[in-house]
Amino acid sequence: MSATRIDRRFAALKKEGRAGLVAYVMAGNPDLETSFEIFRGLPGAGVDVIELGMCFTDPMADGPTIQVAGQRALRAGMTLRKTLELVRRFRKEDNDTPIVLMGYYNPIYAYGNEAFLADAREAGLDGLIIVDLPPEEDSELCLPTVKAGLNWIRLATPTTDAKRLPAVLANTSGFLYYVSITGITGSASADAGDVAKAVERLHAKSDLPVAVGFGIRTPEQAADIARVADAAVVGSAFCQTVADSLDEKGRAKPDCVANVLALARALGDGVRGARS
Amino acid sequence: MEPVNTYRSGPDEQGHFGMFGGRYVAETLMPLILELEEAWHAARKDPEFQAELEHWAKHYIGRPSPLYYAQRLTEHLGGAKVYFKRDELNHTGAHKINNTVGQILLAKRMGKTRIIAETGAGQHGVATATVCAKVGLPCVVYMGETDIARQAPNVFRMKLLGAEVVPVVSGSRTLKDAMNEALRDWVTNVESTFYIIGTAAGPHPYPELVREFQSIIGRETREQMMEAEGRLPDALVACIGGGSNAIGLFHPFLDDPDVAIYGVEAAGHGIESGQHAASIAGGRPGVLHGNRTYLLQNEDGQITEAHSISAGLDYPGIGPEHAWLADSGRVTYVSATDKEALEAFQLCTRMEGIIPALEPAHALAYVTKLAPTMDKDKIIVMNMCGRGDKDVFTVAEALGVSL
Ligand SMILES: Cc1ncc(COP(=O)(O)O)c(C=O)c1O
Repeated sequence: MSATRIDRRFAALKKEGRAGLVAYVMAGNPDLETSFEIFRGLPGAGVDVIELGMCFTDPMADGPTIQVAGQRALRAGMTLRKTLELVRRFRKEDNDTPIVLMGYYNPIYAYGNEAFLADAREAGLDGLIIVDLPPEEDSELCLPTVKAGLNWIRLATPTTDAKRLPAVLANTSGFLYYVSITGITGSASADAGDVAKAVERLHAKSDLPVAVGFGIRTPEQAADIARVADAAVVGSAFCQTVADSLDEKGRAKPDCVANVLALARALGDGVRGARS
Repeated sequence: MEPVNTYRSGPDEQGHFGMFGGRYVAETLMPLILELEEAWHAARKDPEFQAELEHWAKHYIGRPSPLYYAQRLTEHLGGAKVYFKRDELNHTGAHKINNTVGQILLAKRMGKTRIIAETGAGQHGVATATVCAKVGLPCVVYMGETDIARQAPNVFRMKLLGAEVVPVVSGSRTLKDAMNEALRDWVTNVESTFYIIGTAAGPHPYPELVREFQSIIGRETREQMMEAEGRLPDALVACIGGGSNAIGLFHPFLDDPDVAIYGVEAAGHGIESGQHAASIAGGRPGVLHGNRTYLLQNEDGQITEAHSISAGLDYPGIGPEHAWLADSGRVTYVSATDKEALEAFQLCTRMEGIIPALEPAHALAYVTKLAPTMDKDKIIVMNMCGRGDKDVFTVAEALGVSL
C-alpha cells in the first residue's frame, strides 16, 4: 500500500516533533451547511486529522452528547451519501488534511460495500473507523477497504490484552486509536499515567502512530495526552460546543462555527505546546 | 440457497447462520464475548451444570409445562386439533425464565457480580430480576420510557424483586434503545458485569445459548406429543419478537420434514401501513446489536421504529437463526395485526379460560386461520409462551374500556 494522506501527516508530525490533534465532528450537525463550514475550518484552526462522524440511529458505543448530535443530523436529513458529498467539497480546497470516516457499519452495508468504497475513494476519503466491525469480521469490509487503498483504523481498548493485541494490529494501518477507558464516548477521562503505559505497550508491538481518545475535553487534557501519545482525539467536546451554540429551535446561532473553531484552536495550542 | 442435510448444525464457529449472525460489536466487548463463548462451551458439556439447570427447571420454574389439548377452540375452528404448550404456567408467567435461569448459572460460573438486562414487555426484565433475587446479585434493567408507561405492573414487579429499572430516553424509547443502553453499560462495566440478553439475538454466542436454554420447550413437546398422540405434530406455530420462544419450540423439529413450521411476526396496523414489527416481511438484511439479520430500516441503513400493540414483539429485528431459516425456506414466516391478535386474545380467554399474553395472541391469530384449512386428524402445537395478566390494561384501552 502506498503512503496515504494519513501516513504523510503522521510522518510530518514526527518530523515536527509534536503530537497531532484529531477532531471528531458529526457530519450534518446541526445542519448540512453549518457542518461543512465547521469541517472546512478545522485545518486552519490547527486540526491535523479530521474524523467525520456518520450519523446512525443506534450508536451503541456513544454517550449522550454524540447520540444527540447524530439524532440532530438525522433530523436535518443527513445520509451517508451526503456525508461523502461533504468530503468531495472539502477536497476541492484541501488536498492534504486526512479525513477518516467514523461510525457504524449498517449505513455502509445498506449503501453496498463495493459502491461505498468506490465512492469514498473518489470523494477523497482516507480511512475508516467502524466501531462494530471487530477483526473477527475482517472479510466483511476491512479487507476490501485495504485493497481499495484506504486505511483501516482499529480501536484498541483497556480490554485488549497481550493475547488480543495481534488480532487488533493485523490489517490496521494509518494509525491505531487507543480508547483510553472502558466505556462510551463522552465519559470521564483516563489517568495520563495509565495512558502512557498503554501507549508504550502498543508502541512496543507496532510501528503505527497511536492516537488516544475518549474523555479528552480541555486543552490541558489534550496536552497531557500529547506528551505521551502521537495524537489526541477530541469528539464529544466539539459536539457539545455545537449543542451550546443553538437557538431555542435547535438552529445554529451565528457564532456556532466560530465557537467550534475557537475550541479547535485552544486544543491545538494545548497539543502544540505540550512538548516544549 | 443450497439444500442442506440438517437445519440443526448452526451456527458455525464464527457464529454465522449462513450469511446471518456474527459478532458485530465494539472492540472493548470482543474479549468478553470470546470469554463468554468459552465459558458457555465448557458449561454445556459439564454434567454438573446440566444437572443444576434441570434442578432449577423442575423446582423453580415448574417444568415440564403441560401440553394441553384446547378442545373447545379446536371444535370452534373446525379443523386440525390445537394443542398449547403451556409455558405461560412457568414461574413469572412466560418462557423468558428458561433463559434467565441458564444465563444466571453461567454468570455465576464466570464469577460475575453484577447483572444487566434489557426488556420490552418487562417479562424478560422480571425473569432476570427474579433469578437475581434468588442468587443475590444486583440487577439493572434497561427499559424504554414508552414501554415503562405501557407495562407498569411489570416495572413495579421488577422493583419489588430488588432490581433497578433505568428508563431509556434515547431514540424511540423502546426495546431496541434499551438494548443499546444495556450494551453501553456493558462496555463501561466489562469486568464485573454479565449481560443477560432476553432473546435469541445479539452477538454470537447469544443466539445459540439462548436457543439451547429455550429448546427445552421443543424437547418436552416432542416427548409429550408422542405420549398424547403417538406421533409428531403436523404444524408448529409461535410468535416472533426476537424469536426466542419460537426457536425454542422449533429447533428440535427442524429436521422433521413432515412438521410444518410457522413463525408469526407482528403486523401492527398492517404491513402495508409501514407501522409494524415484521422484519422478515418488511425488512432487509442489515447489522444491528451485534448480528446480521433482517431489520426494519430505511434506504440509508437507519433503523426505523417498529410498531406492535405487544411490547414484547415491538422490535425492528429478529434473531439471526430465524433470518436463515426464512431464507432457507424451512420455516414459513407469516404475520398477524394488532386487531387480529386482540380478537384471538378474547377468543382464547372465553373459549379456554386462558388469558394469553398479547405476544402468543399473535400466534393464536394465525392458528385460527391455519386450523380450519387442515383435516381434523391433523395436529397443531402453538407455543402459549406467556400469560396475559400484564396486558389487561393495554387490552382494556384497545377495547375502549376504562378500568
Ligand atoms: C410472553 C412473551 N412472548 C414473546 C415475547 C417475544 O420474545 P421472543 O420472540 O424472544 O420469544 C416476549 C417478549 O417480551 C414475551 O414477553
